[in-house]
Amino acid sequence: MKLQCRERLNRSRSLPAGVRRRLGAMVLRERRDPDSSIPFAMSLQRQVLSKAVSQAGCDKIVYLLRHTDWGLRLSVCPSRASVKNRSPSYLANNACARGFIRRSLKFLLASLVALICGCSGNSWNNPYPASDAEKNILYSAFAERPKHLDPVQSYSSNEILLTAQIYEPPLQYHYLKRPYTLIPSAAAKLPVAQYFDKKEMRLHEGADAAQIAYTIYEISIKPGIRYQPHAAFARNEQGDLLYHDLTPKDLSDIYKLSDFRHTGFRELTADDYVFQIKRLAHPKLHSPIFGLMSDYIVGLKEYSMTLQTAVVAQFKGQGGDAYLDLNSYPLEGVETVDRYTYRIKIKGKYPQFMYWLAMPFFAPIPWEADRFYSQKGLAEKNITLDWYPVGTGPYMLTENDPNRAMILEKNPNFHGEAYPSEGMPEDLQAGLLVDAGKPMPFIDKVISTRDKESIPRWNKFLQGYYDASGIGSDSFDQAVQLTGQGEATVTEAMKEQGIRLETAVATSTNYMGFNMLDPVVGGVSKREREAARKLRQAISIAVDYEEYISIFANGRGVPAHGPIPPGIAGHRDGEEGINPLIYDWVNGRAQRKPIKAARALLAEAGYPNGMDAKTGAPLVLYFDVTARGVDDKSSLDWMRKQFQKLNIQLVVRSTDYNRFQDKIRKGNAQIFEWGWNADYPDPENFLFLLHGPQQKVGNEGENAANYSEPEYNQLFDQMKNMENSAERNKIIDRMVNILRHDAPWLWGYHPKDYALYHAWYGNVKANRLSHNNIKYFRIDAGLREQKRREWNEPVLWPIVGGLIVLVMSLVPALVVYRGRERGTGIRGKEPKLADQGSRGGIA
Amino acid sequence: MLNYIVRRVLYAIPILIGVNLITFTLFFVVNSPDDMARMQLGIKRVTPEAITKWKQERGYDKPLMFNDTEEGYAQFTHTIFFEKSAAMFAFRFGRADDGRDIAHEIKTRMVPSLAIALPVFLLGLGVYIVFALIMVFFRATYVDFWGVVLCVALMSISGLFYIIGGQFLISKLWHLVPISGYGSGPDAAKFLVLPVIIGVVSGAGASIRWYRTIFLEEMGKDYVRTARAKGLPESIVLFRHVLRNAMIPILTGAVVVIPLLFLGSFIAESFFGIPGLGSYTIDAINSQDFAVVRAMVFLGSLLYIVGLLLTDISYTLVDPRIRLE
Repeated sequence: MKLQCRERLNRSRSLPAGVRRRLGAMVLRERRDPDSSIPFAMSLQRQVLSKAVSQAGCDKIVYLLRHTDWGLRLSVCPSRASVKNRSPSYLANNACARGFIRRSLKFLLASLVALICGCSGNSWNNPYPASDAEKNILYSAFAERPKHLDPVQSYSSNEILLTAQIYEPPLQYHYLKRPYTLIPSAAAKLPVAQYFDKKEMRLHEGADAAQIAYTIYEISIKPGIRYQPHAAFARNEQGDLLYHDLTPKDLSDIYKLSDFRHTGFRELTADDYVFQIKRLAHPKLHSPIFGLMSDYIVGLKEYSMTLQTAVVAQFKGQGGDAYLDLNSYPLEGVETVDRYTYRIKIKGKYPQFMYWLAMPFFAPIPWEADRFYSQKGLAEKNITLDWYPVGTGPYMLTENDPNRAMILEKNPNFHGEAYPSEGMPEDLQAGLLVDAGKPMPFIDKVISTRDKESIPRWNKFLQGYYDASGIGSDSFDQAVQLTGQGEATVTEAMKEQGIRLETAVATSTNYMGFNMLDPVVGGVSKREREAARKLRQAISIAVDYEEYISIFANGRGVPAHGPIPPGIAGHRDGEEGINPLIYDWVNGRAQRKPIKAARALLAEAGYPNGMDAKTGAPLVLYFDVTARGVDDKSSLDWMRKQFQKLNIQLVVRSTDYNRFQDKIRKGNAQIFEWGWNADYPDPENFLFLLHGPQQKVGNEGENAANYSEPEYNQLFDQMKNMENSAERNKIIDRMVNILRHDAPWLWGYHPKDYALYHAWYGNVKANRLSHNNIKYFRIDAGLREQKRREWNEPVLWPIVGGLIVLVMSLVPALVVYRGRERGTGIRGKEPKLADQGSRGGIA
Repeated sequence: MLNYIVRRVLYAIPILIGVNLITFTLFFVVNSPDDMARMQLGIKRVTPEAITKWKQERGYDKPLMFNDTEEGYAQFTHTIFFEKSAAMFAFRFGRADDGRDIAHEIKTRMVPSLAIALPVFLLGLGVYIVFALIMVFFRATYVDFWGVVLCVALMSISGLFYIIGGQFLISKLWHLVPISGYGSGPDAAKFLVLPVIIGVVSGAGASIRWYRTIFLEEMGKDYVRTARAKGLPESIVLFRHVLRNAMIPILTGAVVVIPLLFLGSFIAESFFGIPGLGSYTIDAINSQDFAVVRAMVFLGSLLYIVGLLLTDISYTLVDPRIRLE
């Protein structure tokens, strides 16, 4: 057999001489030492060896695929024992099997490389499909999954980023104008408030608020606005709604909204706005503004009770799944005038109501959608209005996977809107008016990917896979530097990448509150209250928020002089805006009063040098904070140090957020930290936080300091019903002065938002109150793709280097392995039998 | 064997009740139903009426464990604990506090969790065993010594470091794979490479040492000496005889975790943006969603019990001397 093999081999003239020689040597070696089981290997090109095998017909050659780099290393193992009893067919099959394995491995490797490369030269680390390159898509990230997308419930900032693009309330804020200005969205024009007295007599615009019994807002919407395509509107040939009587069988292959094959749409009507206002009172929906709105919208509270009764009756009659048709229950304060007009009746005068009309709470909901989603079986599949919104806005939600990605696509039925032609003088210079008058939206698709951790988010932004990013404290120094004038700008590395920084003071305030019900910081008797006021003022001077902003917020904040942040009417800049009890105006800027002023106030309060004048005991105050990690220890130590300036001992009481809220609600906290984001750009939205009737204890309001000052309360009641005017500003000034004097808050600071944008991201103007901004944005997808390729060229040397190191480290191991395998059982240098036993069990 | 399995299933019931009780107690020590309502309804403008209504709708308006307004069995059954726990045993997990169906979420999130956990488990098991056997083969040489040193070093590094370091090196510096994300179908492969490599490497130190110890113990046994005396090559001794005889301790550690693979990894899923069950559980804990936390703990303990049962059964497959009676 062996000779035949050799003869055949010799006859195969087409084989290279080297191959024939080596194969021949192998066969000869076998002849000399037929019992040898020592394998030996040959490194040959795979094709050459295969050819050798087929031509030689040598059934003893068993080869197998070994570790491989791009070449293949093959071993020839002619163990007599392993092959002598094997039939030629077995060996041939084995060879086939090995060939299959080899081919499979090769395929897998090729597939892996193809997958990683994206098959078309896409960057290896590109998380998006290659087919999306250069498409007009905006890429963003979100950390927290939205809980509610139903506009009646949604109130969080991460939710409104989606709902504001889909739903169209009647009004919106002008994108470029400041101060924030309301303009029509779906409404044809801004509604004008109509005032009426108790006898339903129309009053003039400037009528005294006390005379006004109710206000009517009549809102006309633009005709021709259409909803996005949606299964709820789909109709059959007879004109009946196709998916409004779904059976379990119909739902058997439905897992998401897009599984419904047919969609339809219809025109937006005034009824849809009325329907949504009714939904604010729906007993199964928990609208966060129901409490507030039921105080204003005529009949809304009673309507809620009517619906509650109806639900109970339905539950008894038809079970818990019965549909509550709101169209069957009229709401007194809201009515449809005609197809495109509706009226809302408000108790008394409430000018801030106009701002609410710019929020998704007042966006239209078609009854078809409400009816469609209420069908049994859909909620179990998470097909709800809370999950799949239906709107008329520029975008529609086409993929809702809040665990992975939310995708918005252009609404094909959007009525169209032109980019604003007016703005602030600086907008022209910033290139924000280049697109004036052009139809929006500019972006076709928005892909928002869930990235919970800041590190991957930040790195993907730097790689160009997200178009914009916030700046975490970890990456602040990498991204931002301060100029000689103290102005924040991007670092050189960011500049090289074309990244730009946009900053804006947020319409919010972070403050430290004093619980006015506490005997030490609030006082009980008149004398005690006066002493406590001085104590609060002293602390206000001592706690240096300029230092806090610099150390702990990387300079991202503006020290507050009162509750109203910049950009809101009532806020004043410059010397007239400073808090004269805490600051002096020196050399054109506010300068915190010296600590001796605080010590003097403290002594007047009855605590000279931080000691109680009566008892001689040191003054100890308690600071309630939510549970914090080690990272916050430094800020709490800093806070202790600030109180230490007055020789006051500050005890930090850390607890979880639930307990913290409980303490605030029950009035058990002494000093605490909190904040407020504006709902709308009106000073009322901040001043109400210190309105007596709104106090937490007893009233469950938003006044966490439980501050109540009769004059302030009376001024608030007067101010809240007024339109913006000089007279109103005067009242606001007076109110702010009362607050500064009483110091129920340590005013803290107004945070400053810093955001980074890539060079291809255009038309960006920071706007904290308006959230429907995506329609204004523009993306240069070509530039983005070019930069992504530049920044993300794969670095291959680590793979090659790693393989070389692996191979090199395997060589000595293989040498030892072969030595042992070839070696005899007992050798001179090998341990003796007795040693071999002990060699085993040692860990 | 059937009797044994039935007995074990019956044992599982009191264990699951106990786990439920402990989860319930621990959760409600930290959170009250009011806290849960506030967390779901938001921070701003939450009225006491809205909280009351939210609790009523979800059955959190009842006493926690004992209802003294009722009589007889109702004192125990008309409580939050009973009502929330009883449905669990029928695998009716109910709805999350945000209204979404938990069973649906579990079903959809199980696949991404498995997409990472399964390759990490299988690849890891193979790699660890091979490396451990190599170290045993080269025992008492520099390969073994430096192998152990490397294992100890690998064990000493935090799992988070592997993730951040891996993302920094492989994705950020070398641009070889995406830093984070997840895709469906074949597109998922490029997202899984990094988490799988990191998963295998981060577990290598402890596992290789563990398997090495097991194999070394086997190496001292008589059958190994007999195999050598027969003239078998060392590779055959190790991979055929030692590996087969070391299967019991290997199975003890490996089979028990197989069902738990469905639950995914808390940290890795968060860092790599994998929408799996680990990430779901963390989100639920952060948002104080008791319904989800309870369902996940129940599922975890159930799968652990299943894992233990499978381990026992697998013993009989690898060792014919073992009978389950």
